[in-house]
Amino acid sequence: MIKLDNLTKTFATLRGTVTAVDRVSLEVPAGEICVLLGPSGCGKTTTLKMINRLIMPSSGKIFINGKDTDAYDVVDLRRSIGYVIQQIGLFPNMTVEDNICVVPDLLGWDRAKSRKRAAELLAMVALEPSSFLKRYPKELSGGQQQRVGVIRALAADPPVLLMDEPFGAIDPINREIIQDEFLKMQDQIRKTVMFVSHDIDEAVKMGDRIAIFRDGRLEQFDTPDNVLAHPVNAFIASFVGRDRTLKRLRLVKVADAMRRLAPAIGLETAVTDALRLMDEHAQPMLVVSDAEGRPCGYVACDLLEGRPGIVSEHRRDLPATVDLDEDLRSAVSLMFAHDMRWLACVDSRGLFRGCVTQEDITQLLGDRRRSDSR
Amino acid sequence: MSAIAERGQAHGAFRFGLPLLIVALAALAGATGLVGPILQHWGDIVFDTQQHIVLVAISGSLAILLGVALGILLSRPIFRRAAETVLQVVNIGTTIPTLAVLALAMSILGIGAVPAIFGLFVASLLPIVRNTFAGILAVPDYLIEASLGMGMTPAQILWRVELPNALFVIFAGIRTAIAVNVGTAALAFLIGGGGLGDLIFTGIDLDDTGMMLAGAIPTALLAVFADFLLGQCQLWLVPRGVNPLR
Repeated sequence: MIKLDNLTKTFATLRGTVTAVDRVSLEVPAGEICVLLGPSGCGKTTTLKMINRLIMPSSGKIFINGKDTDAYDVVDLRRSIGYVIQQIGLFPNMTVEDNICVVPDLLGWDRAKSRKRAAELLAMVALEPSSFLKRYPKELSGGQQQRVGVIRALAADPPVLLMDEPFGAIDPINREIIQDEFLKMQDQIRKTVMFVSHDIDEAVKMGDRIAIFRDGRLEQFDTPDNVLAHPVNAFIASFVGRDRTLKRLRLVKVADAMRRLAPAIGLETAVTDALRLMDEHAQPMLVVSDAEGRPCGYVACDLLEGRPGIVSEHRRDLPATVDLDEDLRSAVSLMFAHDMRWLACVDSRGLFRGCVTQEDITQLLGDRRRSDSR
Repeated sequence: MSAIAERGQAHGAFRFGLPLLIVALAALAGATGLVGPILQHWGDIVFDTQQHIVLVAISGSLAILLGVALGILLSRPIFRRAAETVLQVVNIGTTIPTLAVLALAMSILGIGAVPAIFGLFVASLLPIVRNTFAGILAVPDYLIEASLGMGMTPAQILWRVELPNALFVIFAGIRTAIAVNVGTAALAFLIGGGGLGDLIFTGIDLDDTGMMLAGAIPTALLAVFADFLLGQCQLWLVPRGVNPLR
């Protein structure tokens, strides 16, 4: 969808020629988010701005949908590409509605159609249209402005979106929320996105692929998990951080690491039956669930050995459970917080679905490493 | 909060300031027994006020048209380097005493309304040019980048982004210029341009306080009224999103 071919940008300065972007080639398939990542001055923003020709390449080609961008009129090209910048850049003299409709207006859309579209887009980011359409940017909070900045880029429904550190100026809590909102929206709209960031955590979270830059050169272009699991050189290893393995935990959902193990047992199960089940499944504990199937505790074999009666008499409370669609980072955090080596997993209705153990997680990270290097 | 306060103040000034001034002047004139001597010149007051308004309207309109145009031109990237030089030249029009400007205009254009209009135009040009230029330059770079990135042409950026965002500052320049213009137009009489200076200077020469006030009071009222009108334009024409008064 977006293809960069030997893209190069050199600037003439007083101290000679500086190469800002050095023969960068990469390809982003339609519907994916590619994060351009690197320290400041690495050429990521220059690369981004060459795509909509805010900066003219010195050499090399850019293809969008297979068509050389040289072939476009520059104004037409820019109108067909959504653009979001860190400073948001909402026009303070225009209402939210007019801001969203800037590109549709430039394209000469019917007014009723573009205004209807503005209301739909506002609703998409949970801003009540009737209350926000006629407001001015100064009457919005920073987070609300950034949401409007993003939907403004989507107004004319461009297939390609360029985002230059779009959430960089927002406080960490709101940034997480807006990132999640954007990913949710992206699930529906499937734009091809180039996203500049200097934050590895953001890159891992947002990117289908990450392109890591240093001194104008593309050092590694890979999936987030591969970048974290197999940094190609020392620079990338240090850039992604010594805790890169922990970062990988965010990439895996609990559902993917969960093992079925033994089924949960009812409160009325006899101790002897429970011990036999543990033996069969070679596991030292069993989750106890109530009549509806919600986990309500556990029993361990050392508590049951040689005891009479039913399991409800020996049951212990579960200090925590984890949702299937949470990531492993949350799961590990819960394990550490409650000094557990395993957690019971529940689905969205709170029903017991299986367990995830520390051993499973360690093994999973290792498996991925081995299968990737093959 | 502050916007509301300013708005209140602005309205307060318009609502109470003007009538209060008129009442105060009327009281002063009444107390000193000058109402009669002033109103004795009613015919001249009407005639000279009309002339005064014509001088201000023509020279002011020219200064606004040319000043804004020049300010826009100087803010274009190709002229930006030359801008300071040009502004210094325009500045001369303000630095030289207006009386000298009028005298110079007279020596070139002769006597009458034409040199007076020219002199007033020159004297009120700078605040408009400077504010237009500065107002456009103050539009943040990232707004220009956003406009470019969304596919606006330079003309669209000027009309949709730069001018609306600079409009409040431009209006401030125009208000300054017109206030100066109304006051200075009283000097037009000295080169045969007419206006309320007619009554003021003749009154001074004849030591006729009534006649002098018959020129001075309408001049003051005219200045206040012109500023009030422009203030209202500024209040309602500048978009709410970039208008600190609203």
